[in-house]
Amino acid sequence: MNAALTHLKRLEAEAIFIMREVAATFEKPVMLYSIGKDSSVMLHLARKAFFPARPPFPLLHIDTGWKFREMIRFRDETAKRLGFDLLVHTNTEGRDRGINPFDHGSSVYTQIMKTEALKQALTQYGFDAAFGGARRDEEKSRAKERVFSFRTAAHAWDPKNQRPELWSLFNTRVSPGESIRVFPISNWTELDVWQYILAESIPIVPLYFAAKRPVVERNGQLIMADDERMRFLPGETPQQRSVRFRTLGCYPLTAAMESEAATLEDIVGEMFIARTSERQGRLIDHDESGSMEKKKREGYF
Amino acid sequence: MAGTMTAERAVALLAGDQDKSLLRFLTCGSVDDGKSTLIGRLLHDTKRLFEDQLASLEKDSRRYGTTGGDIDFALLVDGLEAEREQGITIDVAYRYFATEKRRFIVADTPGHEQYTRNMATGASNADLAVLLVDARNGILTQTRRHATIVSLLGIRHVVLAVNKIDLVGFDKAVFDRIVADFEAFTAEFGFATRVAIPLSARFGDNVVGPSDRIAWYRGPSLLSYLEGIEIVPPAADGPLRFPVQWVSRPDQNFRGYAGTVAGGTARPGARIVAAATGQEARIARIVTMDGDLDAAPAGSAVTITLDREIDLSRGDLMVAADDRPDVSDQLAAHVIWMNEHELLPGRTYLMKSGTRTVGAAVSELKHRVDVDSFKELAAKTLQLNDIGFCNLSLSEPIAFDPYGENPTTGSFILIDRITNATVAAGMIRFGLRRATNIHRQALTVNKSARADLKGQKPCVLWFTGLSGAGKSTIANLVEEKLHLMGCHTYMLDGDNVRHGLNRDLGFTDADRVENIRRVAESAKLFVDAGLIVLVSFISPFRSERAMARGLVEGGEFVEVFVDVPLAVAEARDPKGLYRKAREGQIKHFTGIDSPYEPPEEPDLRLDAAEEAPDALAERVLSYLVAKGYAGTHRRRR
Repeated sequence: MNAALTHLKRLEAEAIFIMREVAATFEKPVMLYSIGKDSSVMLHLARKAFFPARPPFPLLHIDTGWKFREMIRFRDETAKRLGFDLLVHTNTEGRDRGINPFDHGSSVYTQIMKTEALKQALTQYGFDAAFGGARRDEEKSRAKERVFSFRTAAHAWDPKNQRPELWSLFNTRVSPGESIRVFPISNWTELDVWQYILAESIPIVPLYFAAKRPVVERNGQLIMADDERMRFLPGETPQQRSVRFRTLGCYPLTAAMESEAATLEDIVGEMFIARTSERQGRLIDHDESGSMEKKKREGYF
Repeated sequence: MAGTMTAERAVALLAGDQDKSLLRFLTCGSVDDGKSTLIGRLLHDTKRLFEDQLASLEKDSRRYGTTGGDIDFALLVDGLEAEREQGITIDVAYRYFATEKRRFIVADTPGHEQYTRNMATGASNADLAVLLVDARNGILTQTRRHATIVSLLGIRHVVLAVNKIDLVGFDKAVFDRIVADFEAFTAEFGFATRVAIPLSARFGDNVVGPSDRIAWYRGPSLLSYLEGIEIVPPAADGPLRFPVQWVSRPDQNFRGYAGTVAGGTARPGARIVAAATGQEARIARIVTMDGDLDAAPAGSAVTITLDREIDLSRGDLMVAADDRPDVSDQLAAHVIWMNEHELLPGRTYLMKSGTRTVGAAVSELKHRVDVDSFKELAAKTLQLNDIGFCNLSLSEPIAFDPYGENPTTGSFILIDRITNATVAAGMIRFGLRRATNIHRQALTVNKSARADLKGQKPCVLWFTGLSGAGKSTIANLVEEKLHLMGCHTYMLDGDNVRHGLNRDLGFTDADRVENIRRVAESAKLFVDAGLIVLVSFISPFRSERAMARGLVEGGEFVEVFVDVPLAVAEARDPKGLYRKAREGQIKHFTGIDSPYEPPEEPDLRLDAAEEAPDALAERVLSYLVAKGYAGTHRRRR
């Protein structure tokens, strides 16, 4: 059906269709904004989907308090530049209890500061649809998820009992309290995302580009000391190395890769010959086998 | 490291990359025929696996593997914990890979009959199906079922992959026999191409490259066949079809229709009509954030403005003025039933087709397709994973094309109105008559004129509850009291109606639904005649009560829940029916072996275990007076 469209145009059109379907059928949608490259692509697509009108939903950022400082700066600039309403939610109870990635381990920390925080915000605002930037090629349990992914009133995902999803006929109906997580870029690969960013000149957080940054090597992973809260192990001192990030999250849990790629073209070049997957740098994925599915069932994006 | 790839080379690669065509295909077939293993092998041999994914695969293979220490490629796609533990595929997984020649999206679908709906999900967007067969077992029921679904969904290209050929000693005779079986049973399926390839997914023979272990086979490997096959997209060259998804009105000066072109090409100046009304206009602009377009081919997501205002909103279909679709509220379609609760003819479901959602009931189930014999069998319902051909009756007309001409404007899903579950997928074959040509007769003496003469507000009093709750007793008393007040009434009683109008119906779920539908339609006629209608029926299902409510206008339906605990009703047992049901003499008895779904928000709830019938009847009467149904107007003269 898309003979005349290029690959990226086809992916773009698919995402726009999904976003419009949500805007037309849900009472109160929201777009989860994680500040990463996939979120940047989603914002761009949302502007295209509703042009010349503005996207009819706000952005929601779940702030764990441990994001890279450059991310927070980029978040605020982006929302202002594009005129989006930005909601920021932190699990204040978790913060007040001092939950952090060093003392509590990535698993407990993620559960409280990300998953619980997200559920709090969705319940508090009463959102019935939430866009997420997850892609099926990221991880094997994501490869199984629907574009319109049903959540119970407790925000739980039941992977063994998903709604059939045929053609582009998305079932958007929910009862009060229930919601749908919507993934407009489900069918994009990591390479597609970079190609699209390059083709459309989409601004992204500078951390994606290689630069000299203070890092320590820990269990074979490069961790950047982003602020004074970084805990060093005995014998560790940060070294300036040329690194960049393939994905962005909380700085103590996100590993950098050595790289000289300082432009988008360089990054795309690296992607063509990449030997590891992007989630390799996500420490939370390595907690245990099947850990992503477990997190998702509990309400993680 | 990145140093080996220059930025210039990356950009050059990118340009070539965009020109590659996309092939969407699925793997299907019976359980354990090696679908997931085949995809894992394709990803592995096309170098699509990253080092960390390979390492984790080796780890998983040791833990869950079924290949005795070798890498178990199925674990690459069986991404759910339950799948890896049980060694089966439950839901469809989508994987993405590319070669020098083409890019691919593959849907790995489950083989178990139980998960057929997930197979259909994966097949609905595919251009080609790879149907796997275990060489040792040949064609099985699930192979036939999947081939049938692939054909119904309009997939025109099929590869028969005869897998595990190593386990039959690479025997050509075995291969030839399976291919002959396959060609015989798919002869009528309308596939444009059918190709058979012998292979071993586990060892990689004929998957990516040719195999010297199967010397008698001279055809292409699976991958080189998939790289080469030409796919002609449907509907791209057809007439313009543009389902309006969202009306864009950022300010007073702009009114645009946002949507995705579902057929043909949209161009400024083209004459279009709104399919439902026939109102005509010309396309003024095709608006995008990147600037206006001169042409928007099928698949483009755009916003269209018109040269004049016509009546168009979400759900409407904008079409070429000189090549219009059918518009009808009666149509014939194939449906794949996808829910544990059977299809109930007569029950109203929601039908979503394109961007339109309307009410729809199966008015006649023509036949069920037996996937083993391909015979058309008579059927009263469809069960989970059954395929049927039926007539549907819609609450309002929709515009559509036959599925074979345009899958976007010819497909639909059915949604349960209470649970919101997606219960069926449908492919429209043809319209039954042009509803647009049949005009309702507008009558001058209408409902309000009739009601006015009687000095009352007509309505349906719908008494629902268990057998023995006291519905008929209370309804009788209410009718007597209304009669004394000079109200015009009519009583439809469950038992009495079954002696006449509904004497052809039994007590299966399907017959109960039809029973209620006829009663609700009769009640609607009496309301139209200006009467207060008392309906006393067990009416155990929420869906049918919702349907009855939907037939009359807002405020004309009063749901009265005559509420008693089952134990109380059973102790009363005025007709001795509970006893017979307990003894097994009566089947499908509500409360015993057939469910009663209590109303969630009845207009009136009567506690019939505590209060006497007369007191309850008085409460109904007070309600009717308070709400102005009865007793507010003096009778004329």
